[in-house]
Amino acid sequence: MNKTVNQKAWFLILPVLLLVAFSAVIPLMTVVNYSVQDTFGQNKFFWAGLNWFKEMMASERMWDALGRQIAFSTIILAIEIPLGIFVALNMPKKGFWASTCLILMSLPLLIPWNVVGTIWQIFGRVDIGLLGYTLAAMGIDYNYTQDFYAAWATVIVMDVWHWTSLVALLAYAGLQSIPDAYYQAAKIDQASRWKVFRFIELPKIMGVLMIAILLRFMDSFMIYTEPFVVTGGGPGNSTTFLSIDLVKMALGQFDLGPAAAFSIMYYLVILLISYVFYTVMTNLDKRDGH
Amino acid sequence: MAKITLENLAHSYLPNPKHEDDYALKELNHDWVDGEAYALLGSSGCGKSTLLNIISGLLHPSQGRILFNDKDVTNAPTTQRNIAQVFQFPVVYDTMTVRDNLAFPLRNRGADPTYIKDRVQQIAAMIGMEDSLNHKARGLTADAKQKISLGRGMVREDVNALLFDEPLTVIDPHMKWELRTQLKSLHHEFGHTMIYVTHDQTEALTFADKVVVMYDGRVVQMGTPQELFETPEHTFVGYFIGSPGMNVLAAEVQGDTAVIGGTQIALGKGFGRPTGNVELGVRPEFTSLSAGDAGLPVTIKRVEDVGRHKIVRADFQGTEINILAGEGENISPDMNRVVFDNAGINVYSNSWRVAPEVA
Repeated sequence: MNKTVNQKAWFLILPVLLLVAFSAVIPLMTVVNYSVQDTFGQNKFFWAGLNWFKEMMASERMWDALGRQIAFSTIILAIEIPLGIFVALNMPKKGFWASTCLILMSLPLLIPWNVVGTIWQIFGRVDIGLLGYTLAAMGIDYNYTQDFYAAWATVIVMDVWHWTSLVALLAYAGLQSIPDAYYQAAKIDQASRWKVFRFIELPKIMGVLMIAILLRFMDSFMIYTEPFVVTGGGPGNSTTFLSIDLVKMALGQFDLGPAAAFSIMYYLVILLISYVFYTVMTNLDKRDGH
Repeated sequence: MAKITLENLAHSYLPNPKHEDDYALKELNHDWVDGEAYALLGSSGCGKSTLLNIISGLLHPSQGRILFNDKDVTNAPTTQRNIAQVFQFPVVYDTMTVRDNLAFPLRNRGADPTYIKDRVQQIAAMIGMEDSLNHKARGLTADAKQKISLGRGMVREDVNALLFDEPLTVIDPHMKWELRTQLKSLHHEFGHTMIYVTHDQTEALTFADKVVVMYDGRVVQMGTPQELFETPEHTFVGYFIGSPGMNVLAAEVQGDTAVIGGTQIALGKGFGRPTGNVELGVRPEFTSLSAGDAGLPVTIKRVEDVGRHKIVRADFQGTEINILAGEGENISPDMNRVVFDNAGINVYSNSWRVAPEVA
């Protein structure tokens, strides 16, 4: 088919361009604007070049927060993905209990972040929280406001509680789409349970699993509200993740320039990792395509 | 390799079957002789696949027993029955190569690697996929995948039985013929008990020594292709096998004469006085057109020339009658009678065949 060349057609994308400009590009540009300027107050700004970026690159504080952030995302992915698959494998396939499970599983997903934070904040308190009190009564020294390990454990368990459902539901949907004949053939071929998982179930849910990993990675990498409500980034800086650090810098210390530079780098890191994920995913599909 | 015995076997998909209609598979007693090739023929939903899945253990029957070589396996799981089964739609392990797919059943049973290697090569040659052994199974076409499924079914030599559930549905016609021939030669070579489910009569008749025809959850006849053709035990067998199927006409039968719509016909054999819903079954091969006064008066609707012969579609008092005429035969407009060859007349009472009296 011959396509007619008509350069005026470019005008058709104008509405989208405007929309994206107002929703994303312009706000981002104000951040870019701050990142290259400095101020001594009275709303007077002057050019700072790439100094803030250089400063942030050399900042131990940012590297520490990034390290904690990577550790956090890695740990929760390492727990939530296998756990989610395990839960999905053990959910009933049909009938009353299947729907019941689905509803129960989706409940945590519906709770707002700050409410989740508050729930765990109270839950873990040694004086009135069920978890904290019980642990204390059992003689376990648990105090998330003072102890590094307790704080990390609380934040991780909270995230696992909140988001494993998402992975489980996605994996469950993938599992449901596998025709019975595959399981029957596996029985005929005398495949073990592990082989059924490895060669039938896992390949079939790989697609949705990739989406789950990407979603959980992006979300956990940007996590702010829950740990902020529970630990406030403490004890010390031990649970100060990138977002928390950024807000402290931008709003607590009002260091707009460094915070803006920080934001842009943060944004680029997420973009980069997501891009790598995406490329790996599509290449996996392509590799099997012939 | 085993003899498979079905004892009072029946299956219903309902938890509490009450009426006979609740059963997808009605009570059945049957021996599958060791080393024979059977075809299980019937229309969709007649219980063929149900029967197959019960034999392989994928389904537990509502009642009755299954014996392999007189050993009760009713409660044995599929893995212990040592059966190979090929399904209607291709099942391949996507992430594995073709080679690994074929080797999978052998590896799961801990076979010797050098044996696996040879055997896989042999099977690959049989299904014509030697060139693509190292390809991933995922990107292959549907019929290539189905060939792998077939190969996986045939790769084990010591199976008790080989079950095929309409395995050639997705295969190209010319490949169909070739694979069927391969299956037959495999059968001759190893003498496995084979059960081949199909709704295609050509497939059934060319593949099997014995054809088992099922209708509405019941085995209506088991026999050689010739028996099914000449003496269909049930009107369903009559019209399901043959192209076109048997002509079935309501009749009154008394001894050796029948009255069909006011016309008397000699049967050549005595049938007593069958009661119930009595019908006459005559295959188109045993009918001919005539211009005389004998036979049933018919109106010719149309003539279809199918190459080897002509099929005449005629109308007798609202019932269609198919007549087979030779390719060179001249069909003139004054031919308004149809005559039956006595050898090909069967009498049915309530759809079941009435045996003629021995003279």
